[in-house]
Amino acid sequence: MPFIPHTDEDIREMLAAIGAPSIEALFDEIPQELRIKSLSGVPEGLSELEIGRLMSERARLDGRPLTFIGAGAYEHHIPSAVWAITSRGEIYSAYTPYQAEASQGTLQAIYEYQTMIASLTGMQVANATLYDGGSALAEAALMAVRAHRKSSSMRVLVPTTVHPHYRKVALAMAGNQNLAFEPVPYVRGTGRVDLTSLAAHAGEDITAVVIQQPNFFGVLEDVDALTDWAHAQGALVIAVVNPTSLALLKPPGEWGAKGADIVVGEGQPLGVPLSSGGPYFGFMTTRMEHVRQMPGRIVGRTLDLDGREGFTLTMQAREQHIRRGKATSNICTNQGLLMTAATIYMSIMGPEGLERVAAQSAQRTRELVAALTRIKGVRQAFETPYFHETVLLLERPAAPVLRELADRGVLGGFDLAEDYPELGSALLVCATETKTAADIDKYTATLTEALRAARAA
Amino acid sequence: MPNRREKLIFEYSRAGRGAQGQWPAKTAVPQDIPATLRRARRPLLPEVSELEAVRHFTRLSQLNFSIDTHFYPLGSCTMKYNPKACNQYAMLPEFLGRHPLGPESHGQGFLACMYELQEMLKAVTGMRGVSLTPMAGAHGEFAGVAMIRAYHRARGDLVRNEIIVPEAAHGTNPATATMCGCVVREIPVMADGDVDFEALKAAVGPQTAGIMLTNPSTLGVFERRIKEVAGVVHAAGGLLYYDGANLNAILGKVRPGDMGFDVIHMNLHKTFSTPHGGGGPGSGAVGVSERLLPFMPIPVVGRDGEHYRWLAERDLPQSIGRLSAFMGNAGVLLRAYVYMRMLGREGMGRVGDFATLNANYLLAKLTGAGFDAAYPTRRASHEFIITAKRQAREHNVTAMDIAKRLLDFGFHAPTTYFPLLVPECLLIEPTETESKEALDAFVDAMVKIKHEAQGDTQVLKGAPHTLPVRRLDDVRAARQPDLAWRPAPVAG
Repeated sequence: MPFIPHTDEDIREMLAAIGAPSIEALFDEIPQELRIKSLSGVPEGLSELEIGRLMSERARLDGRPLTFIGAGAYEHHIPSAVWAITSRGEIYSAYTPYQAEASQGTLQAIYEYQTMIASLTGMQVANATLYDGGSALAEAALMAVRAHRKSSSMRVLVPTTVHPHYRKVALAMAGNQNLAFEPVPYVRGTGRVDLTSLAAHAGEDITAVVIQQPNFFGVLEDVDALTDWAHAQGALVIAVVNPTSLALLKPPGEWGAKGADIVVGEGQPLGVPLSSGGPYFGFMTTRMEHVRQMPGRIVGRTLDLDGREGFTLTMQAREQHIRRGKATSNICTNQGLLMTAATIYMSIMGPEGLERVAAQSAQRTRELVAALTRIKGVRQAFETPYFHETVLLLERPAAPVLRELADRGVLGGFDLAEDYPELGSALLVCATETKTAADIDKYTATLTEALRAARAA
Repeated sequence: MPNRREKLIFEYSRAGRGAQGQWPAKTAVPQDIPATLRRARRPLLPEVSELEAVRHFTRLSQLNFSIDTHFYPLGSCTMKYNPKACNQYAMLPEFLGRHPLGPESHGQGFLACMYELQEMLKAVTGMRGVSLTPMAGAHGEFAGVAMIRAYHRARGDLVRNEIIVPEAAHGTNPATATMCGCVVREIPVMADGDVDFEALKAAVGPQTAGIMLTNPSTLGVFERRIKEVAGVVHAAGGLLYYDGANLNAILGKVRPGDMGFDVIHMNLHKTFSTPHGGGGPGSGAVGVSERLLPFMPIPVVGRDGEHYRWLAERDLPQSIGRLSAFMGNAGVLLRAYVYMRMLGREGMGRVGDFATLNANYLLAKLTGAGFDAAYPTRRASHEFIITAKRQAREHNVTAMDIAKRLLDFGFHAPTTYFPLLVPECLLIEPTETESKEALDAFVDAMVKIKHEAQGDTQVLKGAPHTLPVRRLDDVRAARQPDLAWRPAPVAG
């Protein structure tokens, strides 16, 4: 029996101790008419050898194409040590550190993570992760409503330059509590939030303004002006940021005169593989004054009976297992393993390494843009400062071009047709430190051919 | 476990040190990024060698109890063995490297696994549709209640906003109802552990959106009148939500769909053995009955002939929407897929069989040794409750003391003080993957603790004695929050 250690003798002895004639008898409280006879929808079991063969075949079907897609998930080099340690059973097969004395490893790692991510974002405190960047934005909006006692509107302004999926998640997860997410358009020429449209909201009761930096187009927003504007209206600022970019870019805690109030983002770039979208982790940081409105677990350092330092879950009065229907969120399980991977990644990269990753990713994307825009029929959509991702406009519809590229093993970017039809045929492209000059040449040659073929057709 | 602590990673840091072998070449920051948008001061990340980082985090790992190292009978958490094969085959390079927005043409292998996982989960739960996107149990609960709400609203019934929850429910149930904009109505549980049926009948009405139930309940017993409960709630126009926290108990035995549930979430990190990771990731896939099919969270994997594809807004226009930026915890789902394929049809039934056998054996041994069952007239499901009420009264020894002392004997503590309605509660779930010897050793430790309780209780009150730290000052932690390390100010 796979993974079940019982011998026939064990079973006999155990049933005798219980005083039951059979295992079947242990289910005697379940009404007979509910019992199922068989599970025809589940195939016969496989040995490890057989499932290994099947999974390898499935993996081969997916292949290993050259990927220039970003759009919220970024391919970076992950040091071997990150997952070698994260996969240790002592980390991997432990659970939530409710018994602090038997979980100091997990708790201390969380404390170290909280320190690092708070500093990276320029804030004072962090929680021990949320599910992903999208759900973190939803939680941030709900937190802003709780934290901003003077605002009663529950209106959150969300520029359309914020990741379209994040906007959808925020609506799905927070819309039921009557939060209103109101879009703010961007300027077509720059890809930045339209300050004129924003100004039309001056003087209104706004709970929070969301600012993504770099925004979904990869463009750098004027975060100081946006933050100061929001604060002048009495609104809180929710920053959505890429953690890699923060090695180079001004941290949200320093935006404008007062800094952002709540910072969230997708932690995946910090040592977490792309893996079809998850598991990733959402990070959230804030200032000390808002800590009791924060959702999720928080670890603190304290003393034990002998006066020695140790770590424990704290401020649990915010959480569902204590506060039930009045908790700050229903979140229980978070993304602890991914947080551990990110903490190891940040330790190995250090400030210098992370800065180099960010700078080199920005540089590679510029090399990619330079090469691709030399092709006839390809140009850059916005001439605005950007980080490691940008929008290219094609003279031909993007979808068939992308299919052609994919057939040749190149994933050429994210098609913006569905989310931003006004841009025409537009591709969001990204390069990171994982891309070489040869990779960029391959993309350039493949795109040249694909566009030539499209014109000839 | 080493009886020592480990320095903070920051205390190893030396300016100018680093794991250079991992860094890309130094590159100038592009000129077009203006200084006003640049960072002025470096973040507080440690500067350590690769070996220092490896040694530090390896040492931290050694300060944990885990399934791989200790018996971990944490009730309601299903801490069973996480087969290594699941990890290995979910981490094949093609799966790890696959971009979430990559084309379906380069995802047929992954999508086939997800489609088959949906089908297998439908089969074991008796539901009509499955969406894999929720990323934890509470996230699945959210999806479930949001679907119930969307269903009533789509029918133009805007009045139903009350969710009934038994008082023994997990805290996420009422918290979820609140997140969905619903009002919570708690109903009592009777002395035998079943829901108070009369109270339920009195509670339902035109305002009832639904009821959230765990079966077996958090009290470790099967809700015997479940069909009648379903009948009452349905007759009142409400829907039934199944919290899958305890699905392990009935896997291959009974199906929530057959009990009359309209929507369920499954904790794949419990029943389907994906690792708990020190607090996640989980996965809270949801299953629905016919009438909730249009409302499932997107994306869902569909199949056209031999081609697998994503179903999203266009296919499910009434969906409650997206709950994650992409498709949820894909890597966790792959692990659950491998687990289910390895167990197969026969193995599913064995899970329920042996989880129940182990729990009833442990209950019999512990009550035989003089401990009190909270529900002595009932069968245990996959877990059961011991109440230390008597030890508390006679010796001033609490469930907390017992839990902490167990750590000294090398056992992770059971869940304590949950469910809230049982005094001095120890919720014990051994799971099917533990041997008889492991269970017997746990009983021996409990018997020792019982003797200690009758003597000098200081050894219990001061426990644990053998771990890196002793009991921690939670009050200090909350009142004087120290939530991030700060470097000592430089003298002078």
